[in-house]
This record gives sequence, structure tokens and C-alpha cells, in this order.
Amino acid sequence: MEISLLGTEILLATLGFLALVTGLLPGRAKSITGSMSLAGLLLILVYTIAHFGEEASLFQGIYLVDNFAAYFKMLFLTATLLVSLGAGRYLERFENKKSEFYSLMVFATLGMVIMASAGDFITLYVGLELMTVSFYILTAFLLRDGLSTEAGLKYLVLGAASSAILLFGISLVMAYTGTTVIGATAARLMTEPAVVAGIVLLAAGFAFKISVIPFHMWTPDIYQGAPTPVTNYLSVASKAAAFAAMVRVFMVAVDAAPGLTLSWNLILAILAALTIIVGNLIALVQEDIKRLLAYSSIAQAGYILAGLAAANAYGLKGVLFYALLYVFCNTGAFIIATAVEVDSGSTAIEAFRGLSKRSPALAAIMTICLLSLAGIPPLAGFVGKFYLFAGAIQQGYLWLALIGLIMSMVSVYYYLNVSRVMYIEKAGKQEPVKGSGAFRLALWVCALAAIFLGCYPAPLSNLAQQAIQLFL
Amino acid sequence: MLEFSLHNAWLIPLLPLLAFALIGLAMHRWPSVSAMISILSIGISMLLSALVAVLVFSLSPGEIYEASVRWLSMPGLQVNMGMLVDPLAAVMLVVVTGVAFLVQVYSLGYMKGDPGIASYFGYQSLFAASMLGLVLANNFGQIFVFWELVGVCSYFLIGFWFGKYSARDAAIKAFVTNRVGDFGFLLGILFLQIVFGTLNFQELSAAIPGYTNAAVLLPIAVLLFFGPVGKSAQFPLHVWLPDAMEGPTPVSALIHAATMVAAGVYLVARAFFIFNAIPQAMTLIAIVGGLTALFAASIAIAQNDIKRILAYSTLSQLGYMMMALGVGAMTAGVFHLMTHAFFKSLLFLGAGSVIIGMHEEQDIWKMGNIAPKMPVTTWTFIIGALALAGIPPLSGFWSKDEILLGAYASGHTGLYILGVLVAFLTAFYMFRLVFVAFFGKNTAGRDKAHESPAVMTIPLLVLAVAAVLAGLVNSPLMHHVFGHFINAPGAIQPHPNTAIIVFSTLAALSGILLAWLIYQREVIKAEVIKEKFSMAYKVLYNKYYIDEIYGWLGVRLVDGAARVLFWFDIHVINGFVNLTAWFTGKSGETLRYTEDGQVQTYAIYMFAGVVIVLITALCGVFTALA
Repeated sequence: MEISLLGTEILLATLGFLALVTGLLPGRAKSITGSMSLAGLLLILVYTIAHFGEEASLFQGIYLVDNFAAYFKMLFLTATLLVSLGAGRYLERFENKKSEFYSLMVFATLGMVIMASAGDFITLYVGLELMTVSFYILTAFLLRDGLSTEAGLKYLVLGAASSAILLFGISLVMAYTGTTVIGATAARLMTEPAVVAGIVLLAAGFAFKISVIPFHMWTPDIYQGAPTPVTNYLSVASKAAAFAAMVRVFMVAVDAAPGLTLSWNLILAILAALTIIVGNLIALVQEDIKRLLAYSSIAQAGYILAGLAAANAYGLKGVLFYALLYVFCNTGAFIIATAVEVDSGSTAIEAFRGLSKRSPALAAIMTICLLSLAGIPPLAGFVGKFYLFAGAIQQGYLWLALIGLIMSMVSVYYYLNVSRVMYIEKAGKQEPVKGSGAFRLALWVCALAAIFLGCYPAPLSNLAQQAIQLFL
Repeated sequence: MLEFSLHNAWLIPLLPLLAFALIGLAMHRWPSVSAMISILSIGISMLLSALVAVLVFSLSPGEIYEASVRWLSMPGLQVNMGMLVDPLAAVMLVVVTGVAFLVQVYSLGYMKGDPGIASYFGYQSLFAASMLGLVLANNFGQIFVFWELVGVCSYFLIGFWFGKYSARDAAIKAFVTNRVGDFGFLLGILFLQIVFGTLNFQELSAAIPGYTNAAVLLPIAVLLFFGPVGKSAQFPLHVWLPDAMEGPTPVSALIHAATMVAAGVYLVARAFFIFNAIPQAMTLIAIVGGLTALFAASIAIAQNDIKRILAYSTLSQLGYMMMALGVGAMTAGVFHLMTHAFFKSLLFLGAGSVIIGMHEEQDIWKMGNIAPKMPVTTWTFIIGALALAGIPPLSGFWSKDEILLGAYASGHTGLYILGVLVAFLTAFYMFRLVFVAFFGKNTAGRDKAHESPAVMTIPLLVLAVAAVLAGLVNSPLMHHVFGHFINAPGAIQPHPNTAIIVFSTLAALSGILLAWLIYQREVIKAEVIKEKFSMAYKVLYNKYYIDEIYGWLGVRLVDGAARVLFWFDIHVINGFVNLTAWFTGKSGETLRYTEDGQVQTYAIYMFAGVVIVLITALCGVFTALA
């Protein structure tokens, strides 16, 4: 076995430990953790991109190296990089725990990477727990902040419950197929109530992570309570990881099972429709930017789930395409929300008042990101939704595409409401919102990606096409 | 280097676009930096364009460079974007970047002290980028995008001094009038896509000859022609262009004389293979062009505002170009487009210099005798006027002569006579302007006028040289090199005819002579003519009352219909919309209370969800088993 096939994982683990160790350095020396982590993540990203295209099945199919996993690895690393860059002055709230912050971020990323590459249920579960446990800690990272600790505890309780559901599902599937290797289950799955129950429980476990209605209840509270960069990371990366695992499980095992007659597409399509409707409706009445983005992220997960429900070339391509553009657009919005929170001390949408006068570039980028999330051409979100809904229509779910379109229109209201506050309402303060160079860099990357992917989607679309080839 | 510039011709529009982004996003607080960025970017684009042109003209005739990338593809539809560099595009690149560069330099002087300089240069850059993108486009879809973009820039720049009501109204008028044309244009493009399955020029030009169903092709061609009628301000959609003079004068020179309004002519030349396939469409183009030429030239005689005279002159010359294309003389039309770009921007910039020199005075009767105080402006303006009038050997002479020759040789004798008449009128109204404004008896000019700074006069001098020399490239002196490269299959290129040269020159000279007699020597009193032909004068002065007719129709039809629709909107649509909004908002309000902050509730929802999904799935399975 080539050790380089596991390069991303090994390097990430090393980086995580290094970040912990440098945190023990005395005095000012420990401040190198941040730049070291960023440089390390960048290197690992470059390494992963350079190794795109490698195919291997390790440890008898337990661990898979393929384009699909590589695509998501790039996505996670990009997200981690952007979130860490964009956190900016928020990190000062972590006082002397910055190195732990970076280390936990890297470990969470490692967990996601394992989820994307996992070839069997147990590995998948280990990756998922590594990610989730890191997030429990990160959510409660502001120990002195009541909301943050409350969010951490809630996430722990509900997360544990969802893990139990997932594990129960895995055990049922394993009991009837006699294997935990995902690829091997396909041939042995049969139309048996207990197997169906196992698959439903599996789906529910993933649905919790991507906050599908009705497994979404934790999302708003945890998103609001967690430190804003963590919320950002939770919303873009952990969702993508759950999607990566879910796509693999459903496409490799459930969809390909000859002995199973279960209209799982329809079940997912109904869940997607519910998620899109309820997420968008509740978002309409939110007054807190983090809660708004939480409900928005629920709705966005619904759109992506529609692509998986379609389970065809367009839909799956849409899932991958959308997951990445969602990283850029949502991170862009969260980074600005973080900066505004640091500046004003508040997460209310009111705090954005007059931002267009104070920091025109921030207001413009926020608008671009939000419009992209709403799916307005020529921004990336439009292209992504186009793929997702085209897939749904091809699969015969015209109603789902229509619901998606109508609710996208509804979403424009709450997205543009933020722009309205930024552009029309008068500011209390006049001086621009402060931000470091790294913060600006991350913002520009997000904004330019939102525009570029919308104007010229072909390169990424080809990449996504290669990544999903193994499921078609 | 040459190869590089050709393969990277996309940089030419991209640089001004970057300049726009840079100015708009970062540099707008520093006006002079913004101006420099803008001028620098267009300067580099100009150099690149020159290199591209050198290379393109060294290719053998018929050889072109095309590159495209896939932009979007789905089953049944593939959308590409790309660029097409052929001699036609190369000429346009040089003209657009050259004039844009000079105009931007000139603007440094003209716009000095204006509080909006940064946004002015930002828009100028955006305009340059859009116009160059339009020139390089290799398909109709892309050309339409840039077509709309130049329209938006025109809107912004006409209304640049948005504090003035008249500027705002003019901007809206330009935009709305263009919408009418663009609507037809878009329909034409859609029909092309439906019938031929492609919008690419090369593919279309290969497909059109084999397509014989004229009943389909004719409506497509007419719809496509709607676009040029709006953008190039041809009758009956010409009304916006004179009002567009509300914008800053350099804008009028660049956008509303030299480049954007010529986009319509460019489009007809680019899509010549479509129009040329249908004789009726060609006749339509020729007649619309000829009518516009005559109609606008006659209005120009009775105008008093220096910029409006030039605006009607532009209308008339655009009509001339259209007429040339319509009679099949494609080379002549494009040639005139090029020479006109130089001398008309020269005239506009000269007019701008006069306006600044006379402290914002635009009425030619309130000027007079400014020649001694503004020598550079005066003499370059006269060169421009001579070129426009078509006096040999200036550039306008060669191109105008080509058009007349084309009309005559293709058997359109009526249009030929019309063209000679327009040539006479052109010489007359231009020298009416020159004699009254620059040499008139009024002493206001001598008292107030002052010459403009070098940053304004140097562009005038450069353009004057171009106005003198640009015509030579297609003269017998240089063996018609221009015509050998810019030529579409099926376009005519007749041999020079001495009689035609003599006639048109005589027409121009007699126009100048008449103007001299009336307005300089006053052998014939202008007032007497006005009295005698008071009806005709009134009609011309009021521009044939077209605006009034449109206004009346607008009030009757549009307002009437609007009233009915307004009632429907308020009572029916609004009620429905409000109901929907109320329902949506209430749903959100209701649903938010499911979120009570209790972990227990959340878990209940979660487990209930599992149970419901499980029951549903199992019901499905049991029905399948049973």
C-alpha cells in the first residue's frame, strides 16, 4: 500500500497534534499556532488537489480513495481555511485557548475527511464521532458565555441521541447482511421490515446532521449560541460531510440493491420539500442574523437533499456543486456577520444598519453572498439550483422543483431584508468596520468565487461530474 | 508578441472591466487615481488592439481567429462564449480603443472639478469594456449581453448630471426607446436559436445559404434589424439620440457619435450574411437608412444648439451607413463608420471645447467670432467639418464617395440622388454652424472665449490628423487595402467612377458656398428665408413634431391602458398578493413557536419524525409485498 494515499489524513492528524503542542509553548511563542495551522491547511489542500484522480480501496474496502472523497476533502479543507482566515478578531474572545481552537478545527476536519472516504459503517461512524465530539467542544468554547455553554450541552444531548439512532440503524443493517462494508451490503439487502427500519434510522441519523425537518430543532439554538466562526464551520462543513457519507451510503448500498423495493427517493423528496418550506417560512420572521442564517441553512440543506432524492447525474452533480458554492457564499455571509458582531457586540440584524456607508465593500460582498444563496443569476447559487432542480425534474419530481422555486422566491425577502438594513437604514456609527488582511482575503475569495462559479461554472461542474462518475 | 496579442485578445475588454471594478470598489475616493487607472487600462487595450490589427491584416483574406469555451451545457442546449477576431472586429477594436482613449484624456480637462469624476471614469471604463466585448463576441447571445451593457452605460452617462430634470428624462427616454428595439432584437435571436440551433456567427453563416424558407428568414431578419434601429437611432426610433446630448460632451463624442450608436451598423455588418440572403430585408435597411439620412439632415438645418446640430448630423450619417449596407456596399458602410468615428468625435470634442470656452453656452447664435481666441479648436473643428462635408482629400470624402458609388452601381438611383442631396445638406448645415459660431458678427465670443488647456487640445489635434488621413486606407492611392480585407461574401465593391466623385464634391462645395453666402456675406438674409418658408422652418425646427406625436400617442394609448391595468392591479392583483404575503408571514410566525428552547421538545420532534418516516416506509413496503 502506498502511504501517500493516506497523505491527507496523516498530515491532518499531525497538524492537529502540532497545534496542541505549540499551544504549550511559553509566552509569545505560542502565537505561531494560528499561522502554522493556516499554512499547514493550505499545504494539505494543495497536496489533496495534486492527488486528485487517485483510486484505491484500502483494508479490504474499509477505506476508499476516489474522486468523490477527494472532491469533498478539498471542500472541507477550503472551508476550514476560509473559516479560520475569516474569524479575524473574534478569536480574541478565546483568550489563551486559541491553539485548542485550531487543533479542534483540524481534528473536526479529519473526522469529515474520514467520513467522506469511509467504505464501511464503522469507519464512517468513527469519523462522524471525531467530527461531532470536536464540535461539542467548539460549540461550548466560550465558557463564560451562558448561551454558548447551553448550546454545547444541548448539542451534546441531541447529538448523542442522533448517534444512537444512526448506530441502531447500522446494527440492523449489519444484522441482516452480515457485513459492515458499504459496498458489500448492496447485494444482500432485502425487502424485510427490519432492514427497511435500519435504512430509515440511518437516514434519520444523517438527517440530524444536515438538519432536515423534523430533525432540525437543535439547529437554531446551537447556531445562535456557538461562537460565530464555529457556527459558520458547522453550517458549511459538517453538513457537507454528512451529505458526503449519505450520498455514498444511499448510492452504493441502497440504490444499487437488487433485492430491495423501497421508494427511498420519494421519502427523501418529501423530506426535502418539507425542509425547504418550513426552513424558508420560519426564516422570514427572524431578527437575529445567526438564527436567520440557521434557518436559511436548513432551507439550503433541503435544496441539496432534493439533488440526492433525484439520484441522477444532474442531481448528484448539483449536490457536489452546491455543497461547494454553499461553502463560499455562506462563509462570506458568516465572516461579515462575525466582523459586525465583533464591532457592535450584537448579532441582531439591526447591527447591520448603514453598513453600506461605513464599509461599502463589506455591504456589497454580503449582498452578493446572500443573493447567491437566494439563487439569483449570474451568481453561483443560481447554477447550483439549476442543476439540483433539473435533476429533480428528470426524476419526475416536478412538484419538488416547483416548491423549490417558489420557496426560493420567498427566501429573497429575508435575504434582501439584510441588504435593505445595510443600504437604507441610517447607521449609528460612522467609522468603518475593522478587519485584518486575512479577513479581507477570505472575503474576497468568497465573493469572487460566488461570481466566478456563476459566470463560468464549467470547470467545477466537470470536476463534480468526475467525482460522481462512480455512482452512475 | 503579435501572436500573443491575438490569442489573448480577450484582455482588451477585460482590462477596462478590471479598471471599472477597481474604481468602483476601491479607488473611488481618489478621483485622479481613478482617472489614471481608467486611462491606463484603455491605453494598454489600445496598444493590444493595434497589435491585433497588424496581425489580422497580415493574415490572408478570409482567415480568422476564433476561440470559444463552453459556458453551459445541458441536453439540447449548449451555450458557448467566445471571441471572433476578423478584420471587421480588428478595425472596430482600433477605432473604439483609439477614440475612447482620446476621449478619456480629453475628459481630464472637460470634467475638471466635477464632484463625480471617479464614477464618470468608472462608467467610461465599463462602457469601453462592454463595447469591446460586443465587438469581439462570436455569437448573438453574447452580443446581446454586451448590447444591453452598453445601453446601461449610455443610460448612466446621459443621466450623469442627474441633478438636472432634463438629463434624467433624457436618460429614461434613451433607455425606454432602446427597449423597443431590443425587444425585437431578442425575439430575432430567439428565433435564430429555434430555427438553426446555434447563435454562432460562423455556424450560422454556413447554415443560412442552405436555408431557403424566406417566409421564416424574412421575419427573423426584420426582428433582428429592430436592434440596430434602436441602438443606431434610425427612424422611427431616433428620438432618443438628440436628447442624449444632455450628457457630458465627451460622452456624446464617444458613445453617442463614434462607438455605441455605430454598434447597430456593426451588427448589420456582422450579420451581413443573414440580411444579404433576403433582398426584401436589404431594401428595408436601405430605405430606412436613406430616409433617416435625409430626414435628420433636414432637421439639422433649423437647429440652434451646437450639440443638437451635431446629434442630427450623427443620425444622418448613421442613416448613410445603413443605406450603404442596405444596397450591399458592406465595405463602404464600415469604412464610413470608421472615418465618421474620427471626425464626428473630433467635432463633438471641439464643440465641448467651445462650450467650456464660452462658459457653458450652447446656442450658436450667442457665440460668434471665437476663432481668434480659440485657434486650435477652431481649425481642428473646421477640418472635422470639411471631412464631414466630404471635401477631398479628407477622410469623409473617400467613405461618402464609396457609399454613393455603391448606391449608384447597385442600381439604386433614387437612393443615390437622395445621398447627393444629403451631402449637400450636410455641407450646408455644418458650415452654417461654422460661420455663425466661429466667425459670426456677434462679439460675445471674442469677449468671453478662451482656449482650452492642452489636455483637451492635443486629443483634438490627434483626431484632426486621423480625420484627414483615415480615408486614405481605402482610396485608390493605397489600392483599396481596407476593402480587400473588410468584405463579406456577396457584398459589392464597384470600381471608382469619376462622374460620381465630381458630383458629390460639387454638391458639398455648393453647400458650403450657400452657407457662406447666407451666414457670412449675408448676401441672402437668413431672416428673409425664414419668413418665406416659415411653415417649413417651423416643421424642421420642431423636428417634424415626431416627439409630439409620440407624446400624444403615449398619452392616449399607454396612459389609457395603464389606467385600466392600474385599477386591476390595485383591486385584484394586490389583494391576491397581500393575501399570499399575509399567509406566508403568518405561517412563519406560527411555526417559529415550535422552537421553545427545550431539549426534550426537540428530542420528541426527532423521535416522532423517525417514527412517522418509519411507518410511512413500512406501509410502502407492505403494500409492495402484498
